Amino acid sequence: MKRTLVLILLMLFCVPLLQAGEAQLREDPEIKERFKAVASELRCLKCQNQSIYDSKAGLADDLKKQIREQIYAGKSDEEIVDYMVTRYGDFVRFKPAVDSKNIFLWIGPFIFLIIGGILLVRYINVRKNETEEDSEAISEKDRLKAKAILEQNGDK
Amino acid sequence: MGRRILPISVFIVFAVMMGFFYKGLQLDPKLLPSALLDKPAPSFSLPQLHNASLTFTPEEMKGKVWLLNVWASWCEACRQEHPLFMQLARRGDFPIYGLNYKDQPEDAKQWLIQLGDPYKVSISDVEGNVGIDFGVYGVPETFLIDKEGVIRYKHVGPMSRQDWIEVIEPKIKELEG
Repeated sequence: MKRTLVLILLMLFCVPLLQAGEAQLREDPEIKERFKAVASELRCLKCQNQSIYDSKAGLADDLKKQIREQIYAGKSDEEIVDYMVTRYGDFVRFKPAVDSKNIFLWIGPFIFLIIGGILLVRYINVRKNETEEDSEAISEKDRLKAKAILEQNGDK
Repeated sequence: MGRRILPISVFIVFAVMMGFFYKGLQLDPKLLPSALLDKPAPSFSLPQLHNASLTFTPEEMKGKVWLLNVWASWCEACRQEHPLFMQLARRGDFPIYGLNYKDQPEDAKQWLIQLGDPYKVSISDVEGNVGIDFGVYGVPETFLIDKEGVIRYKHVGPMSRQDWIEVIEPKIKELEG
């Protein structure tokens, strides 16, 4: 019983140790916010689907350290992102800036949407004209038929 | 004609997309183009591995074409390319400098004793800050730097004999001109 108690107490003492890694982060909430925003926007090069903020890779830790140091050094968010881009290329950004190299990727979907829209409208118009012709033709026939029936009825 | 244009354009878009996908499947997402290509190599001053009182700066290399190989004793892939570097070192006609990245100097020295030391100078980047400046994201990486100190080529991953013969050696010849 006593041993269990000691064990539980020991485990409880470990909890602050687990949080020690985050202790650095328990700082000015504004800095914490900025750090989170910048680190989440940057891709971890080692595990490419994670952000630097989420990743626990060694390189991501180093880059987190860099980001924090630069925030403390008074650098703006843009300066920090630029720092990463000059070293690792546009690939580090989850939202790359629009430039001549990737402009087609940004506007491509809209071009396709417009082309698709134009084709759709044209297609609908063609179909509409066809059905209108058809309906007139039928109504003409029907009119004659109706007329015939009416005349027949009139004879009675 | 008006009726054909829709299926034809859909088919063309589909074919173009398939073309991109086919090409994309053959690309290795781990291989990233270096942002530093054709830019001056970042300046640094770091202690040498075998004599910490001596420093190394890339400025010393002005006027020479050289390779900077980023490696670590904890890096398994570095063992793969090591025999190639040993062979090149034995030939002795081209200087290879080693940047020991995020490593314990003792471990690094032990590694070089065990497997042989192909480096003209080994540079110790314990904190990995120079690695960050060079945009290193995985070891091994090898940079080819020209006489003006500009990075001309970056090889990611272990360098094979084929890489050396087909890509790197011709580039060196060209740069040494």
